[in-house]
Amino acid sequence: MTAKSYATLDGNEAVARVAYALNEVIAIYPITPASPMGEWADAWASEGRPNLWGSVPSVVEMQSEGGAAGAVHGALQTGSLTTTFTASQGLLLMIPNLYKIAGELTPMALHVAARSLAAQGLSIFGDHSDVMAARGTGFAMLCSASVQEAHDFALISQAATLESRIPFLHFFDGFRTSHEVQKIELIGPEVLRSLIRDEWVLAHRSRALTPDRPVLRGTAQNPDVYFQARESVNPFYGALPAIVQRTMDEFAALTGRAYRLYDYFGAPEATDVVVLMGSGCETVHETVDYLTAQGSAVGVLKVRLYRPLDAAALVAALPKSVRRITVLDRTKEPGSGGEPLYLDVVAALSEAWEGDTLPKVINGRYGLSSKEFTPAMVKAIFENLASDRPKRHFTIGIDDDVSHTSLPWDASFSTEPDSVVRALFYGLGADGTVGANKNSIKIIGEETPNYAQGYFVYDSKKSGAITVSHLRFGPDRIRSTYLITQANFIACHQWLFMEKLDLLAAAAPGAVFLLNSPYDREETWGQLPREIQESIIRKNIRVYAINGYQVARENGMGGRINTVMQTCFFALANVLPRDEAIAAIKTAIQKTYGKKGQEIVAMNLKAVDATLDHLYEVPLGLADSPIRRQPPVPANAPAFVREVEGPMLVQQGESLKVSQLPCDGTYPTATSQWEKRNVAQSIPTWDPDVCIQCGKCVAVCPHATIRGKSYDGAALAEAPPTFKATDTRDRAFGGEKFTIQIAPEDCTGCGICVDVCPAKNRANPSLKALNMEEQLPLREAERQNWDFFLKVPNPDRRSLDVTHIRQQQWQQPLFEFSGACGGCGETPYLKMLSQLFGDRMVIANATGCSSIYGGNLPTTPWSQDAHGRGPAWSNSLFEDNGEFGLGFRVSIDKQAHFAAELVERLRDRVGDDLATALINADQRDEADIWEQRDRVAALKGKLAGATDPDALQLLSLADYLVKKSVWIIGGDGWAYDIGFGGLDHVIASGRNVNILVMDTEVYSNTGGQSSKATPRAAVAKFAAGGKPSAKKDLGAIAMTYGNVYVASVALGAKDEHTLRVFLEAEAYDGPSLIIAYSHCIAHGINMTTAMHHQQAIVESGRWLLYRYNPDLAAQGQNPLHLDSRSPRKGVQESMYAENRFKMLTKTKPADAKRLLAEAQKDVDSRWQRYQALVQLHEPKQPPAPEAPPNPDPEA
Amino acid sequence: MTDLTTTYLGLTLRSPIIPSAAAPLSEDLDNIRRLEDAGAGAIVLHSLFEEQLLREKFELHHHLEYGTESFAESLSYFPEPDEYHVGPELYLDHIRSTKAAIAVPVIASLNGFSAGGWVEYARLMAEAGADALELNLYLVPTDPDRSGAEVEQLFIDTLTQVRQEVTCPIAVKLSPFFSSLPHMAKRLADGGANGLILFNRFMQPDIDPEVLEVHPQAHLSGKGDLRLPLRWLALLHGRVPVDFASSGGVQRGRDIVKLLMAGAKATQVCSALLRHGIPYLGVLEQELCHWMEEHEYATVQEMQGILSQRFCPDASAYERAQYVRAVSSYEPTFDLETLR
Repeated sequence: MTAKSYATLDGNEAVARVAYALNEVIAIYPITPASPMGEWADAWASEGRPNLWGSVPSVVEMQSEGGAAGAVHGALQTGSLTTTFTASQGLLLMIPNLYKIAGELTPMALHVAARSLAAQGLSIFGDHSDVMAARGTGFAMLCSASVQEAHDFALISQAATLESRIPFLHFFDGFRTSHEVQKIELIGPEVLRSLIRDEWVLAHRSRALTPDRPVLRGTAQNPDVYFQARESVNPFYGALPAIVQRTMDEFAALTGRAYRLYDYFGAPEATDVVVLMGSGCETVHETVDYLTAQGSAVGVLKVRLYRPLDAAALVAALPKSVRRITVLDRTKEPGSGGEPLYLDVVAALSEAWEGDTLPKVINGRYGLSSKEFTPAMVKAIFENLASDRPKRHFTIGIDDDVSHTSLPWDASFSTEPDSVVRALFYGLGADGTVGANKNSIKIIGEETPNYAQGYFVYDSKKSGAITVSHLRFGPDRIRSTYLITQANFIACHQWLFMEKLDLLAAAAPGAVFLLNSPYDREETWGQLPREIQESIIRKNIRVYAINGYQVARENGMGGRINTVMQTCFFALANVLPRDEAIAAIKTAIQKTYGKKGQEIVAMNLKAVDATLDHLYEVPLGLADSPIRRQPPVPANAPAFVREVEGPMLVQQGESLKVSQLPCDGTYPTATSQWEKRNVAQSIPTWDPDVCIQCGKCVAVCPHATIRGKSYDGAALAEAPPTFKATDTRDRAFGGEKFTIQIAPEDCTGCGICVDVCPAKNRANPSLKALNMEEQLPLREAERQNWDFFLKVPNPDRRSLDVTHIRQQQWQQPLFEFSGACGGCGETPYLKMLSQLFGDRMVIANATGCSSIYGGNLPTTPWSQDAHGRGPAWSNSLFEDNGEFGLGFRVSIDKQAHFAAELVERLRDRVGDDLATALINADQRDEADIWEQRDRVAALKGKLAGATDPDALQLLSLADYLVKKSVWIIGGDGWAYDIGFGGLDHVIASGRNVNILVMDTEVYSNTGGQSSKATPRAAVAKFAAGGKPSAKKDLGAIAMTYGNVYVASVALGAKDEHTLRVFLEAEAYDGPSLIIAYSHCIAHGINMTTAMHHQQAIVESGRWLLYRYNPDLAAQGQNPLHLDSRSPRKGVQESMYAENRFKMLTKTKPADAKRLLAEAQKDVDSRWQRYQALVQLHEPKQPPAPEAPPNPDPEA
Repeated sequence: MTDLTTTYLGLTLRSPIIPSAAAPLSEDLDNIRRLEDAGAGAIVLHSLFEEQLLREKFELHHHLEYGTESFAESLSYFPEPDEYHVGPELYLDHIRSTKAAIAVPVIASLNGFSAGGWVEYARLMAEAGADALELNLYLVPTDPDRSGAEVEQLFIDTLTQVRQEVTCPIAVKLSPFFSSLPHMAKRLADGGANGLILFNRFMQPDIDPEVLEVHPQAHLSGKGDLRLPLRWLALLHGRVPVDFASSGGVQRGRDIVKLLMAGAKATQVCSALLRHGIPYLGVLEQELCHWMEEHEYATVQEMQGILSQRFCPDASAYERAQYVRAVSSYEPTFDLETLR
C-alpha cells in the first residue's frame, strides 16, 4: 500500500481527476450538476496537464448532450479512450447512443451526477430518475455513495469496462455528492497504473475502425438474425460482476479501501435490512451504527453494481437472519408495480433466496430532488418495517395528505456525535460566505487530522441570493449526508435575515451565535427580533458580534466580509486553538490569493488582524424586543401566495403538504409583487426638477422597479406627503402630472438607471435626475409612495405613441421583480416585450437563465394587468423551445380559425355586422385590438346561456379571435447550439412566430460555458484558453431564407432601435428572429455601466444593429438596413473592459495578442460583408428607357 | 563622415536619437526591430505602470469573485487557471526577448508614484537584462496639506529604494513642476540618478461643456513643446553631474541640434514617430547629419552643451529677465538679484 495523500474536494472534482487521467478524448456539454467535471477537464487540458500516458486529452465541447454522445461513440469506435459527463435531460439525450455503444461492446466510463428529470417542473437537484431511465441501455451501472467512493469508483468503473468491454455508467447523487466537499484519500498515479492495464487499452484500440484493417459496424439487421445477435453478448454480462469484484479487491489491496458489489453493514444477525444505493446509504449506515449500538438487529445493504444485477451476490450479501427488507428508491415510476430497485431486489430474492421463508419486502420512495433524508427518517423506516402492518410503497420525507403514502418521523431524533463540530452559516451570495467556508474546510481538512464536510444550500434567486453553508468537522469519517439540524455554531452574516428567517431553529443548546451586526455592543441585543431573543435565552446560546462590513470596508475589502467572518468563526468555534487557527487562515490566504498578487494577500491579512480587535461578546438582556419576525408575504396577498409560496420564501417549503401543491405544474402569475426582498443597500431617488422625462431609466431597469407615468393631477389629492410629481413635459399630455417612482423594496440597487440617466444637475454636475441614496432611511416613505403610484391610473394604452421610448415606457410592465442578477442585460428586453404585447402574448421559454428567473419557484415575475390579462408562459425543455413555440402558433391559429368558422356558422345568431367585423378585424394596433375585444365581449353576450354544441364551442374559443402574439424566447445556448436545428425548422416554416434570442454569448445559467455565440478571444468555461473560433452569425444564416424578419439589437446602444425592431417583428406576418445583445455577469464587467458599455461595443463594430424586413423587399425597397455606423474604433478598448477578454492577457498573453488581432479581423470582415449584403439587396433599378429618337436632328 | 556617437548613462549610443517610452512603439518586437533598423541609439521600452498593475490585479480578483457562490447552477463564471501573469513577468519576458533581438542598448522604464514593494520590479528588470532603467516618477499633488518638500522627499525616497535594488544606471524622468528644479535635480543626482530626462508629459484633462464631463486626454507634443526642455537642459547642463536627455517637442532634425546644443546627451522622440511612423526616425537622423555636415560638425559631442547657460554667449537669455527685456528696451545697469 502506498502512502496516504488527502485532499478536500467535491464529488465532481474527485471524479474528474480520475476520468481526465484515464482518457484520451473527452466530449463535454454543460448541465447542472455535472458541468464542473467538464470544466475541470477543459481547464486542465488548457494548462497542458497530461493523462496517465503522458499525453494531454483532447477536450471537445459539443452542441448538446446528444452531440456529445455521438462524438463519444465516434471517438470510441476509432479507438480512443473516451468519456463524457452529464446528468438528467442530458443523459436522456444520450440514451440512443448508449444503446449503440453497449450493443457494440465498447468500453467507456460515463460519469453521471444523478439528477431529477423535468416532469411537473424542472429540478436541478439530485435523485435517480435520470439513471433509471438509462437502465435498459446495456451499460453497466455502478453507484457511488460519497465523494470518496465517487473518486474510487471512477477508477474501478474504468478498469472494469476495459477488461469486460461492457461500458459503464458510473453515477453519484447530484449536489449531495457532486457538490459536497469532503476530505478524501486521493488515488495516486501508481494505483491508476496498476489497475489500468495497457493490454486492455491496446485491445480496445485494436478494435478501432481503420482503413488499415477495414470492418463494418452498425449494420441493419433483420428478423432472421437480430434476436440471436442481441443474445450474443450475454457471456460478457455474465462475466462482469466477477470482474468488478476482482477490480474492487485489487483496488483494496492497493489502497486499503474495500468495496463489495453489494456491501452489507450492520448487525450480523439482523432481521430488518434497508437496501438502497447512492448517498442515502451513508445516512442509513450512520443510523444503523447508532441503532445497533443500542441493540437493534438492523442493517443496510448498499447496492454498488446495479447493472448487471448479480442476484446471487446481492442475496448472498444479506444476513441469513433477515426477515424484513425495505428497498428504497430515489426515483418515481408512476403506475409501476414498484420502483426499479425494489422490483430488482424482489426478483433477486425470488430467484436466489435459499432460506426457508422468503423475507418480506416493501418499497419506499425518498429523497426526490435532493429532498432531505435524515437518520430520523431512517429510524421511521425501520419502525414501519417492524410494525405489524407496514406501509408498502411508502414515501418518507414529505407529508402526503393526498394518497397517504408518507411515513411520519420524529424530527428530533439525531445520531450526530458530540465529537463533530456542526456549523451553520447564513450569508448572501455577494458577501463571499460560501467561498470562505470552502476555504475553512480546506484549512481544517488539509492542515489538521480532522475530517471535514461542507454542503451548501443556495437560493432560487440570482440577485440578493441567500446561501446556507453546512459545515461539519470531526475526528472520524463523516457520513452525515443530510443538513445540520443540531448546530453548535450558527453565524448570520446579514442582519436583514433576522426579521425573515428562523435562524436559531437548528441551534443546539449552548450553541455559539455569531452576528454581523451594524450596531454596537450596547445596541445589538435590543435590535434583535423578539423571537431570536427568546431562542437565545431558551437555548442558552452565547452571542458574539462584529461589524463585519465596517472592518471589511476599512481594510479595502468593500462588501466582501468573507475573510472577516471566517476569522471570527475560527476564533470562536474551537476547532483549532485560536493562534493556530489564525495562523492557518493566514497560510490559506497566501495559498488562495498569492497567485493573484501580494497586494490582495496583504489586504486579507490586514482584515484578519483587524477582525480580532473588533469581535465582541454581546451582553444578553431580556426578551423584550419590540421588533418581531415579519411574515414572508403581506396579509393581503392571495391565499396561494400566502400559504404555499410564503413558506417557500422563508425556507420552509419542506413543510408543505402534497395537497397544497398543484398536481399538474400549473402556478399563478403576478406573484413576485408579494415578495419584498429589500436586497438593495441603496436605491435611486428622483429629482423632478432635473428630469427630462426621457424614459431611459425605466427602459433599462432589469427589475421593473423604476416606473414613470403621466396622469391627471387630481389624483395627487390623495398622495402621501413625500410623493413627488412635476408637470408632464410631453406636449401630447400637456396639463398632466408626471412621476418617476422607485419600488424601494424590490429594487436590487444595481444603479444602471442612474448610469443611463442623461440629465445632469446644472448646478452640480455630480448629481443627475436620479441619484443613489441609502435605502433604509427611505424605505418606509417610498413604500407608501410606491403603493400610491400603483393606484394612480395608468395612461390609456390607446393614447400612447409606442414608437418612442418616452411614452412607450408609460406602459405597464407585465414582467417585474424577477430574481435575475442585479443589472441583468436580458430582463429589460422581456420587460419591454411585456409592456408592448404582454396582454396578448404567450411565451415558450427555453431552459436557461430566463426560465429560471421567469419560472423558478416560489414566485414568478410574469404579471397581469388590471383586466387580469398577461403573458402566459411555459418552459418545455432546453433543446425543443423553437418547436414548442411553433406548436403554440399552429394550435392558436387552428383555434382562431375554428372560432371564425363557428362565427360564420352562427352568423345569423351573431348578427351580420358583428360576424363580419369579428372575422375581418385588422388588429394592427392597440386601438384595433381593443375594438376586437369589445366585439368578442359582444359575441359572448349574444351567446350567453346558449346550450347548443356550436355555441358552446364558440364560447370556449371566442377569445382566440383576438390576435395572440407567440414569442419564443431563450438564450444563445439554446438558439445557437442545442436548439438550433429546431429554430432553423421553425423559421423555415414561415409561421408567424417571434423569436427573441437574448444573446449573452455564453451559457450563463450554468456558469459561463462557451457557446457558438461566444466571440473569438473570450475566455469562458470550456474555452479556458480563449475561444479560438469566431462567433456564429445566426442573423446572417436566418436572412438566407428571405422570408424571415431578422434584426440585431442592443438596448444600451440604441433603445429606440430595439423598440422599433420589437414593433416591426411583431407586426411581420411570418417568422421573426431578434438577436438581442445581453450583457451578463459572466462577461466580467461593471454591471452598473453595462448599458453604456453596449454603446462602446456597437461603436467598435463588435455588435451590429440591423434590420432585415422582408415586407420592404415586397414593396420594392431594400430589406436590409444597417442601423449602426461603421466601426469608429478598434475592438481592443471595449474588449479589454471585459474580464472575459482581459483575463487571457493574464493567463496566456501570447494567445491573447494573436486572438485579439484575429477578433479585429472578424469584426472588419463582418462589417464589409454586411455592407456588401446591403448592396446586394439594393432593389434593381428598372432599366432606363431607351432615349427616344431625336425628332430634331438639328438639336 | 558624421559621427553621431554619444554617451548616455555610461552607455555608448550610436546615435543620440532614441524613441521614448511609449507602448505603440515598443510593445511589439517587430516595431522594436524596425526602430533599431531606422537608427535608434537605444530602445526605451514602454513603461511598466505600478498603478496599472495594481489596478489590474484588483480588477481580476474582483471579476473572478463577483457573482460567485450565489446560485447553485452557476457557482462561478470563469475558469480558474493555476497561474496568472499579474506581476511584471510579461514585461520581464519582453525585456529578455528585446535584448535577444537587437544590438543597441535596452532601457526599461518603470512608472510609479510611491515607494513600496513594487520597486523590487527594478531589480527584476535589471536581472532580465535591461542595460539601464528609466524611472518615471509622477504625482499630481492634490492635497493642500502636503508640502512641496514632502512630495520631493517621496521622489527621493523612491529613487533611493530603487538605487538599493540595482547597480545598473538609472535615469529619472521628471516633471517640470518643481519650485527649484536645479535643486531637485541635484538631490536626485545625489540620490544616485545617473541621468535626468526633461520632461515627463502628463495626461491633461479637458472639459466637455455639452455633457458637463471631464475627459482625460493625451496630446501628442508639437513644435512649441521644445522650448521647455530646451531651457532647462541649458540651465542644468554642467551644473548637475548627470547625463541629460530631452523628451518632447522633437519634430525635425534641427530640433535635435538645438537640444544637443542646450546640453542633451540624448534626445527622446515619440510624437513625431507616432505621427509619421517608425521610419521617420531615419528621416530625423538624415536631417541631423545633413545639418551637421552643412555646419561642419563632425561629431555630436562637439555640439553638446555649447549653448547651455554656462557656455552660452548670453547666459541671461535662459533666465526670467529675458521676458522683461523682450517688452522693454531698457537695459539694467545693475544686478537685479542684489535688490532682492
